[in-house]
Amino acid sequence: MSWLDKKNLVAFATLGRDEPWTLANYRATGGYESWEKIIRGEISPEEIIDIVKASGLRGRGGAGFPTGLKWSFMPRNAPGQKYLVCNSDESEPGTCHDRDILRYNPHALIEGMAIAAYSMGATVAYNYIRGEFYAEPVPRFEAALREAYDAGLLGKRLRGSDIDFDLHMFVGAGAYICGEETGLLESLEGKPGKPRFKPPFPAHYGLYGRPTTVNNTYTLASVPTILRKGAEWFADLGPEKSGGTAIYSVSGHVEKPGNYELPMGIPFRELLEICGGVLGGKKLKAVIPGGSSVPVVPAEIIMDLNMDYDSLSEAGSALGTGAVVVMDETTCMVSMLERISRFYFAESCGQCTPCREGTGWLNRMILRIMDGRGQAEDLDMLVNVANKIEGHTICALGDAAAWPVQSFIKHYRHEFQYMIEHGGKSIVEAKGRAAA
Amino acid sequence: MSVSNKDTSQLSEHARQVIDHWVAKFPPDKKRSAVIEALRTVQHENNGYLTAELMDAVAEHLDLPTIQVYEVATFYSMFETRPVGRCHISVCTNIACHLRGSAEIVEHIEKRFGIKTGESTPDGKFYLKREEECLAACVNAPMMMIDHVYYENLTPETVDQILEGLK
Repeated sequence: MSWLDKKNLVAFATLGRDEPWTLANYRATGGYESWEKIIRGEISPEEIIDIVKASGLRGRGGAGFPTGLKWSFMPRNAPGQKYLVCNSDESEPGTCHDRDILRYNPHALIEGMAIAAYSMGATVAYNYIRGEFYAEPVPRFEAALREAYDAGLLGKRLRGSDIDFDLHMFVGAGAYICGEETGLLESLEGKPGKPRFKPPFPAHYGLYGRPTTVNNTYTLASVPTILRKGAEWFADLGPEKSGGTAIYSVSGHVEKPGNYELPMGIPFRELLEICGGVLGGKKLKAVIPGGSSVPVVPAEIIMDLNMDYDSLSEAGSALGTGAVVVMDETTCMVSMLERISRFYFAESCGQCTPCREGTGWLNRMILRIMDGRGQAEDLDMLVNVANKIEGHTICALGDAAAWPVQSFIKHYRHEFQYMIEHGGKSIVEAKGRAAA
Repeated sequence: MSVSNKDTSQLSEHARQVIDHWVAKFPPDKKRSAVIEALRTVQHENNGYLTAELMDAVAEHLDLPTIQVYEVATFYSMFETRPVGRCHISVCTNIACHLRGSAEIVEHIEKRFGIKTGESTPDGKFYLKREEECLAACVNAPMMMIDHVYYENLTPETVDQILEGLK
């Protein structure tokens, strides 16, 4: 059996249809069957959480926390308003599949949010979409919301039941940090998106101080299929502890970049082949397998790895968001790390000193090496600064800034060293010239 | 709450309607949640940037201290608090675009307009924004966003065609 036989089984199920985003097309793939069963009182909140737990679904936003377990933290029966918030602030560099869910299958997300909210006793939900998505994904999602309201799938006392569910859209205005769940909640409250200290966790003190759960777009959009096809079907798509599918956003130096929804655990080698191999038939140098925040993996290691949580974590990296950034032999790793470090410096919200100051140090030291003013001791200093940021900040942005530095220098120290010793010249350039 | 006696006449009727539409999505005492959408609306109506008067008018309309509006306007990258060109061009230069030639695209636009990233053209038409974030179209790199619209799989030639089309 080919891996491609298991393509687009979950959130991308409507792809290939004409106007895949419509309610009619979503219904044609079995859409809203689960939500209608719930409205008819055929599935209880406890059953939903048990199914999601058994499916092995884990948070697709990067952290990989078990979704059913997260839902069970909500004080479902406590009095007062509870909220569900969807994180569509897709902004982890390299990641671009939530944009396609919003554009091509927005109803899967709406149904997933309805089911999730119901299981947690939340009657109001917000979908936080990044501001840059204003022209296309936002109106597409808004139109889907209108269709769902008109069809009586959202609103109060749905079809005569006692189920209320209102879903609103919220649009951000440009800030990577709002992808961090408590930064996102601050933003939703109309404030700068500065992450909160935890505990208390959002399940106890979330939006407006009320119990709240924040889940990623793909996580929620996977839920309707899980309920329809069963926990076992979903879990069996991937290896143990990595149930279901991933949408691999494969970018960089490949022949056919794209968003590929395939089972968890696909060997990287097969994924690369599906993407047509390395661009121009060049040699693979390295891969960032889960978005810019996760450690880089050299070619010789990743070629023998499978794309799932455990395999990548055992190799010292992570599946993250499933954003697979492919770099060929011509890539200068110093210049790549400079771009990554500049990003974290620019996006640090500034409330924790190690991150605010440290990210600037990291970027300036790498720039100095590129300017030909690097010194032998700079590499140890870079790692030292990264180590002092890691684990010393309120949120994970600090760790995300540290990991690329640590891993690039661990695996490509010779490239940095060469540049320091050759007045800022890249080893890649030198090799290119020798070959010519 | 103590508020200044600034009037909200700076806000157009349309802006007020849009803001109130968003206010209705939040609990009655949580109007602050509408501040981002309010700023987006007034910035759009003011040719792409915010003024202190407009931010004050938003504060007045939402019954917020002005500082709560200023801190949002200066935190988020899509808000401009100084005059810039009307048409905002953001070229993504993050990792995937970096690998697929975004530097060439930026250089091409800088040359075409005779400005550096972060500057606007002297006629006030174009603003070449410094974009630090990844704009999430990595599989169609390189890409740019012009006033929220994405243009993907760019080459210097297609960039020229797109920019011609805007005039």
